[in-house]
Amino acid sequence: MALSAQQIPRWFNSVKLRSLINAAQLTKRFTRPARTLLHGFSAQPQISSDNCFLQWGFKTYRTSSLWNSSQSTSSSSQENNSAQSSLLPSMNEQSQKTQNISSFDSELFLEGNILCQERKRIIPVLLMNFYHAFILLPISEEEAIQIIADPPLPPASFTLRDYVDHSETLQKLVLLGVDLSKIEKHPEAANLLLRLDFEKDIKQMLLFLKDVGIEDNQLGAFLTKNHAIFSEDLENLKTRVAYLHSKNFSKADVAQMVRKAPFLLNFSVERLDNRLGFFQKELELSVKKTRDLVVRLPRLLTGSLEPVKENMKVYRLELGFKHNEIQHMITRIPKMLTANKMKLTETFDFVHNVMSIPHHIIVKFPQVFNTRLFKVKERHLFLTYLGRAQYDPAKPNYISLDKLVSIPDEIFCEEIAKASVQDFEKFLKTL
Amino acid sequence: MGSAGLSRLHGLFAVYKPPGLKWKHLRDTVELQLLKVCGPAFAHLKVGVGHRLDAQASGVLVLGVGHGCRLLTDMYNAHLTKDYTVRGLLGKATDDFREDGRLVEKTTYDHVTREKLDRILAVIQGSHQKALVMYSNLDLKTQEAYEMAVRGLIRPMNKSPMLITGIRCLYFAPPEFLLEVQCMHETQKELRKLVHEIGLELKTTAVCTQVRRTRDGFFTLDSALLRTQWDLTNIQDAIRAATPQVAAELEKSLSPGLDTKQLPSPGWSWDSQGPSSTLGLERGAGQ
Repeated sequence: MALSAQQIPRWFNSVKLRSLINAAQLTKRFTRPARTLLHGFSAQPQISSDNCFLQWGFKTYRTSSLWNSSQSTSSSSQENNSAQSSLLPSMNEQSQKTQNISSFDSELFLEGNILCQERKRIIPVLLMNFYHAFILLPISEEEAIQIIADPPLPPASFTLRDYVDHSETLQKLVLLGVDLSKIEKHPEAANLLLRLDFEKDIKQMLLFLKDVGIEDNQLGAFLTKNHAIFSEDLENLKTRVAYLHSKNFSKADVAQMVRKAPFLLNFSVERLDNRLGFFQKELELSVKKTRDLVVRLPRLLTGSLEPVKENMKVYRLELGFKHNEIQHMITRIPKMLTANKMKLTETFDFVHNVMSIPHHIIVKFPQVFNTRLFKVKERHLFLTYLGRAQYDPAKPNYISLDKLVSIPDEIFCEEIAKASVQDFEKFLKTL
Repeated sequence: MGSAGLSRLHGLFAVYKPPGLKWKHLRDTVELQLLKVCGPAFAHLKVGVGHRLDAQASGVLVLGVGHGCRLLTDMYNAHLTKDYTVRGLLGKATDDFREDGRLVEKTTYDHVTREKLDRILAVIQGSHQKALVMYSNLDLKTQEAYEMAVRGLIRPMNKSPMLITGIRCLYFAPPEFLLEVQCMHETQKELRKLVHEIGLELKTTAVCTQVRRTRDGFFTLDSALLRTQWDLTNIQDAIRAATPQVAAELEKSLSPGLDTKQLPSPGWSWDSQGPSSTLGLERGAGQ
C-alpha cells in the first residue's frame, strides 16, 4: 500500500492511537515484565512541558476525533487492522527514539489471520495522550536492554501453536480435549476456529451437542473429528435432530449415532432421508430392522453408497448368496456392507473351495467374513494336519465356524484342536 | 515404562514371516506394535530389515531396531550362509516356477527315483563348490588356503551370484520332494528356478511349492517370533537373548583369519604375517 510522504505522519499518529488501545485491552492478558511505561499508564502520569509533547497532544486531539467516529462502524475495523499491518514495516524504520516503541507495538499487534474482536473499552483520550507522551520520552540504554520483547505473532502460520497463547477460544478448546494438531492440518477449519468467539458461537454449539446426548468427556473427540460443525447453522442442526426423532430414533439412539459418526448432523434432512430410503429399498428390510442397522453402524449414512452397492452385487452375483441369506448376514454383521471387496472374495474363496463349506453353513456364521484370512488359514491347516478338520454338522466331531474363528488361541488349541499351544506354534513355523 | 523401554530398544531379533505377507507390511506392523506402547510420543521408530523374503516365501527374517540397524550392515558384510527348506512338485512347469503360476508344461515323472535325484544334487553341489572358490579370490595353492577349504570356511566376501554350499534331499515321495539348501547371495526366485532346473535335469518338470528359510546366519527357527509375539516384551527378550551371539559371530567373521578374502586381486598369496596382521589390527581398532 503506497503512501505519499505527507500522508505518513497523519497515518502514523492515528495508528499509534489504535495500537495503544489494543495495548490497553491486551495488557490484561499479556504477562509482560513490568515496565515503568506500563505502570505509568494506571498511575497519574507526569506531564512534562516538553515541546514535542505539546505538538503530539495537538495532533492526537485532531486524529482522535477521526478515530472515535470510525470506531462506531465496525466495518472499518478490518481496514484499520490492515492499515496497521501494512504500516508495520514503515514504522520499524523510524528513528531511534521511536525504535523501542515500534517494537513494543508490534508485539501487541495481532495481524493478518488473527482479529482481536474483544476491544470494546474506550480509553479516555486524555489519558491516552499522556501515555503517548510518556512512551515517546527517550529511555537510556540500560532500560532499553531490559525490555523483553516476545517475537511478533506471525501473520500466517501452519501451526496453531503460535496462536494458542493469545486466543481464549483455542485455550478453552484444548481444555475440552480437542486435539488441535489434527485440526491445524485443515487450514480453513483452523482459521474459522481462530475467528470464532467462544462465548457467542462455540458455547451455543456445545450446549446443543450436550442436548443431543454427547457426554462432556466425548465432546473433545467429537470436535476433533468434526470441526466443520461450527460452520453449520444451529437451526438446521436442530431440524435434523427433530427429523431423526420423527423417524422413531430414540434420544439414546441419536446420541450413539452422532458419537460414532460425527459428521451425521452435517448432512441435510433430504440427504439423510435419501440414505435411509436407499437402505430400506436395497436391503428390503423392515423399518425396525433398518433402524437397528443404522444405529449399529451409522457410518452407513455418512459414507459413500457406491461400496455398499458393489458389495451387494458381489454377494448376489459373485458369491452366490440368496437375498434372504444376505439379509440375515447383514443384520448379524452390518460391517459386511462396507467390507473390502478383495478381502471378501479371498476369504470366501478359501472357506468355500478349500475348506469345502457350503453356502448355508457360511450364512449361519457370517463372522468368518469379519476375521483376518490368515487366522482362518492357520487354524484350518493345523486342524487338517491333526486330522480334525471336520465341518459337516451331520458327522461326529463337528467343528463350527464360529468356534474356529472367534475364540482365542489358547482355548482353540485346548478344546478344538486338543493340542498344546507349543504344538500350534511349532506347526506355524513349518508353514 | 513404555517410552523408556522403547528408547533403550536397540539390537537384532528374528521374526517368522508367514507366507502371503509382504516384508514391508511386516516391518510396518512391528513398528506399529512397538509404537502403540507409548502413544504419539515417538513419531516413528527405526526398524530395519536384513535379508528380505518375498511375499510367498516364509521363514526367519532378521529385523534391527534403533542402533541395531547398523549391525544389519555388519551382518550383510559378514556374508553368512542361510538355510532353506524347499518343497517341490514333479510333473508341472509354470512360467514363474511357482505352483500357482501359468501352466507351461505337464510331464510324467514315473521314471524318477531317489538315487537319480541324489546324483543330480551332488553334481549341483560340486559345481557350486568350484564357483565358491573362484569367487572368493583365494589362491588355493597356499597351505593355509587349502586348510581353510578343507574345513569349509571359504566364502566369497563380496558380491557374487547365488552360491550353494550344501544341498540334500530330505524327503522324496513322488510327486513331492523336500530339499534342504544352504546358500548365500540368493534370492527366493533363484531357489525356485533351481527346483525347475532340477526337474529338467531329471528329464521331467518340477515347480516349487514352498520356500522356507530356517536359518539366517545365526538366527534359527527357535528364536524367531511368531505373529502373536510381536510386542515389546517379547522383542526385548529376543534382543537380549540374541545380543551375545551376534557379537560373537560378527567378531569371528571379521577376525584376521578371513581377512585375505577382502583383497580384490586374485592370486594373492598370503605368505607373510605383515600385511594381514596390520589389516587385522586396523579392524580391531575400528571395532
